[in-house]
Amino acid sequence: MNYIFYLLIVVSIIAGAVNGRLQEVVNAVLTGAELSVKVAFSLIGIMAFWLGMMRIAQKCGLIDYIARLIKPLTGYLFREIPEDSPAAGDIAMSLSANAFGLSNAATPIGIKAMEELQKHNKDKKSASNAMCMFLAMNTAGFQLMPATVIAVLISTGYKNPTKIIAPTLLVTSIAFVSAIIMAKIFEKYWKPQPVHSSPENQDMEGN
Amino acid sequence: MFQHFMNIASLWMLPAILILILTLGLIKRVPIYEVFTEGAKEGFKVSVNIIPYLVAIIVSISMLRASGIIELTGEVLSPLLAHFNIPADILPVMIVRSLSGSAALGIFSDIAHNLGPDNYATTLAAVMVGSSETTFYVLAVYFGAVGISKLRYALLVGLLADLVGIIAAVTVCNLMF
Repeated sequence: MNYIFYLLIVVSIIAGAVNGRLQEVVNAVLTGAELSVKVAFSLIGIMAFWLGMMRIAQKCGLIDYIARLIKPLTGYLFREIPEDSPAAGDIAMSLSANAFGLSNAATPIGIKAMEELQKHNKDKKSASNAMCMFLAMNTAGFQLMPATVIAVLISTGYKNPTKIIAPTLLVTSIAFVSAIIMAKIFEKYWKPQPVHSSPENQDMEGN
Repeated sequence: MFQHFMNIASLWMLPAILILILTLGLIKRVPIYEVFTEGAKEGFKVSVNIIPYLVAIIVSISMLRASGIIELTGEVLSPLLAHFNIPADILPVMIVRSLSGSAALGIFSDIAHNLGPDNYATTLAAVMVGSSETTFYVLAVYFGAVGISKLRYALLVGLLADLVGIIAAVTVCNLMF
């Protein structure tokens, strides 16, 4: 992330200078910073609401029930999660909220899932395999109905906006499945760096 | 038919979840009001925790967009795109959709309004925007909330999945429209 952060900023400044848009780039620092706080603050209310609801769902055993229901699937995809962790339930809730286009609910629930995953993470600064898998599933953005896009199409007088639903569903499924496969592959070959560097991280045990 | 069903499902999903959680809570004798407020307290903390991570990502991506390099990349890549039957107007969407959701939606609206409805580019852009989530934003928020700074392969997988999505969108749209 260090290099990406460096590259994004330095490339922007150099490209801005070359394009004669350095002033715009400088202005973007302020507008970007303002926007970040706006985004974070706009999350507070909805975050509080869903974290509250999720706490009830957990106390009444709903999350554990869902976790047990999808055990066969999560057991394979998220090997690190212990049997009794509610993380699997949170993950399932978050992904289904996403699938139904409830991104307002999906983000707080997803963050709660991340907190559960963090409990089982050995190195608190570094992403665990389970976290990477969850994020891969999330960034692929599996959605059953692209409601916002259809709304834009309708506003422009698009004749048959619903015709994009099937191709979008197909594309998002392909991206979703390939994200899971790639995360599984990387998990094998991209081991976390040991907290204390030791020579034994070159083990070739494999399968 | 499918859309009608999906509309109803989308509308009822949230109310159904709320009724389910609250009813189950009462049946199991959970003090739902207390437990709710106790959980909701976390909301502020989590939102404030992600600010540093959001600032890092959103500021650097705002700078990148302001620098004009995205348009420049578009010009460089346009001969390649023509080869795959991809309209040049789509390029900004392809690049921006991993970086910023609101920007991708904005560019898509521009395309839809400028090129008019029922244009191939509009359809392709719609499928691309509708089928993706903003990788950088998701990573910043989710990892930021738990204080992870070493992402390992998470970003790479996210971007590769976006690339797969772009290729799939082009292929599917070429075959269908």
